[in-house]
Amino acid sequence: MEKLKRIAGKVAALDRMNVDTDQIIPKQFLKRIERTGFGEFLFFDWKYNDDGTLNEDFELNRTRYAGACVLLTRDNFGSGSSREHAPWAIREAGFRVILAPSFADIFYNNCFKNSILPIVISKDRTDELFRLVRENEGYSLEVDLAEKSVSGKGVEFSFEIDDFKRKVLLEGLDDISQTLELVDSIEKYEKLFTDERQWVVPDEREKP
Amino acid sequence: MAGRTLFDKIWESHLVHEEEGKPSLLYIDLHLVHEVTSPQAFEGLRITGREVRRPDLTFATMDHNVPTTDRSGPISDPISAKQIEALRQNCKDFGITLFGIKINNHSQGIVHVIGPELGLTKPGMTIVCGDSHTSTHGAFGALAFGIGTSEVEHVLATQCLRQNRPKVFEIRVEGERQYGVTAKDIILGIIGHIGTAGATGTVVEYRGEAIEALSMEERMTVCNMSIEGGARAGMIAPDQKTFEYVKGRQYAPKDLNYAKALEHWKTLHTDPDAIFDKSVTLDACKIAPQVSWGTNPGMVTDVTSKVPDPGDCEDPDERKSIEQALEYMDLKANTPITDISVDRVFIGSCTNSRMEDLLAVARLVKGRKVADGVNAMVVPGSQIVKRKAEEMDLHRVFTEAGFEWRESGCSMCLGMNPDILAPGERCASTSNRNFEGRQGKGGRTHLVSPIMAAAAALTGHFVDVRDWEIGKGI
Repeated sequence: MEKLKRIAGKVAALDRMNVDTDQIIPKQFLKRIERTGFGEFLFFDWKYNDDGTLNEDFELNRTRYAGACVLLTRDNFGSGSSREHAPWAIREAGFRVILAPSFADIFYNNCFKNSILPIVISKDRTDELFRLVRENEGYSLEVDLAEKSVSGKGVEFSFEIDDFKRKVLLEGLDDISQTLELVDSIEKYEKLFTDERQWVVPDEREKP
Repeated sequence: MAGRTLFDKIWESHLVHEEEGKPSLLYIDLHLVHEVTSPQAFEGLRITGREVRRPDLTFATMDHNVPTTDRSGPISDPISAKQIEALRQNCKDFGITLFGIKINNHSQGIVHVIGPELGLTKPGMTIVCGDSHTSTHGAFGALAFGIGTSEVEHVLATQCLRQNRPKVFEIRVEGERQYGVTAKDIILGIIGHIGTAGATGTVVEYRGEAIEALSMEERMTVCNMSIEGGARAGMIAPDQKTFEYVKGRQYAPKDLNYAKALEHWKTLHTDPDAIFDKSVTLDACKIAPQVSWGTNPGMVTDVTSKVPDPGDCEDPDERKSIEQALEYMDLKANTPITDISVDRVFIGSCTNSRMEDLLAVARLVKGRKVADGVNAMVVPGSQIVKRKAEEMDLHRVFTEAGFEWRESGCSMCLGMNPDILAPGERCASTSNRNFEGRQGKGGRTHLVSPIMAAAAALTGHFVDVRDWEIGKGI
C-alpha cells in the first residue's frame, strides 16, 4: 500500500450529514471485478443529471474544488453498505484525507486499507472549516500524519488517531504479511478444533 | 472479577494473539462470500501467490447480482455475468463450496438467509462476510459483522482478522408488543430512537422480555438492521429456541458433537453482574407499526403519525437534512403517513424474506387483490424458502392476489440486478435501507414490515395494519 505521510492541498466541502456508501458509489458500478475504474463514478447520482449532463448544483462539481485532495463533510460519513468500492472511488478521484465529526465503522476501517486518512474533528471545528472554505476560494490545508497535525490559513490543530492505524498509513504496511508472521499462533489456536470445538467445522460439505 | 457479557465471552475465546498497542488478532469460524465484494480479494491472493487457509470454513453464494426471473438461460447483462462467472471460477480454483445459480442451486439464496438455514450459523461463533448485514447471524448468539474487501482477502489468507475491541451496548426491549407489531417495527423503532449513528463503535446485545419472546426468524430481522443503527454487530443470547432451530440442519453438529456444542452454547449469556458500556430501554407496548419517511433508516415514524416539519427542528444541520430528505422523497411536512400512496411493493431482502415473513403476508393477502396501479412482488430469501412456500401453495396465494413470485436473491433491496424502481416511483419495501437511489435512481423507498407492505399493496397507500383482521387459514 502507498504510504501516507504529509498531504497538502485544496479542500472540497460536502455539506451533508449521513452520506452513505450508496451515494459515494451507486450499486450499478459494483459489478466490476477490478479494484480500479471507480473514481469517475464517485457520487454519480448527485454529480450527473438524468440526461447525463453535469449537475451544476452539486457542490463538488464547482470548479473551485477541482483537484482537491481533502474532503470536508458532516456527521456519520460512509454509513450503510460495507462496499470497499467507496474508498476506492474516493481515492481514485484524488482524495487522501477526509475530515468529519464522525464516520461509520466499516468505512472508517476500509480507508486505512487504501491509504486514505479519515480524521475525526469536533462539530465546532467542522463549522469553522466550512466557513473558511466558503470564504476563501482555493482554501488549502496541510495534514501531517507523523505530527498528527492539520494547518491552514486561520487554523492549526492536532487530531487523535490510533497509533497502529497511524503506523499502517505512515509505513504503507501490508497487514496480511504481518498476520502471516503469526502463523504459529494461528495453528496453535486451530488445534482447539480437534480438541474441544469440533462442532465449529462442518463434518462434510458439497464438493467445491 | 466482574461478570462478562455475551460479547466478552465470544471475543475472549477467539483471541489468537494480543500485543500492546496493536489490534487483537481474532479467529474467524465462518467466512461467507458473495460475488460483489470478493473478486478483488481472490485476485489479491493470486497476485501474492497465497492460498485460502480454511476452505472448509468458507462458503459462497450468488445473491446480490443474480436475476430473480427465469435463470435457466445465460445472464443477459454481460458485466453481471462476468462477476458471477468470476465467483464460480474463484470457488473452483480455491476449493470453496458454492451455492450458485447453476452449481448447488438447491441451496442458493441471500447469504444471510442460507447461513442459518443450512446450519452453518451457530451460537458462539465468529462470522464475517463482505456485507454489512452480516449482523443478522448475531440472532444465534454469534459475533457476526460485515467487512470490506481487503479484510475479506485477509480472512481468506489467514482465517483471522485484526480488530480493536468494540464497546458493548445493551438495548433492552421490555414488555409485550401489540397485535400487528412485528420484529421489523421493533428494530425500526430502536433505530428511530437511537439514530443511525447511535450505536457506532459498539456491538449491541438485544435483551428483555420482548426480545426473548421473538422467534429465531424474528431475531434475525432485529439483528439484521443493527448496522442501520451504526453498530458493527448485534446479538441475542441463545436459548432453547436457538438450540432447537440449529439442531438437525445440514451443517449442524451431529450426535456427540452436538451434545458437546450444546454444553458450550448454554454458557453463552451475559452474567448478571456484567457491566455494559452503554444501555437504553424501550417499551415494546409503545411501539406502533413503523414507516420510514426519509432517506435514512433513522427517519422513521409511527403509521398513525405525520411527516415531520423541518421547521420544528432546532439543530440547523438536522433541519437541512430533513429538508433534503423531504425534497428527495417528494413529501410535504405534516402529511399523515396513511395519505402516502405507493406505486410498488417489495417483499424480500435479508431482513424479511423468510418463511414466517411470507406466511404472514400470505395470511393477509389471501382472497384479496393488489390495488390497481400497484406493482407488487415477493422475492423469497432462498431456494429452500421458495420450495417450502410452494409446498404450502403460498405462491398461488401471492399470484392470485396479484403479486409476482420470483427466484431467490437480494433483488430490489439494492437493485443491482434488473429489479429496480423507475425515477419518481414510490415503494413500500421490507428491505433495510431507504437511502437516495438505493432501489433505483430517483426511486423513493419507505421501509416497513412485511404485513405493512402487504396492506399497502392491497390499498395503494399506507394503512395501520392493527385495524386489519389477519386470517389464520393458512
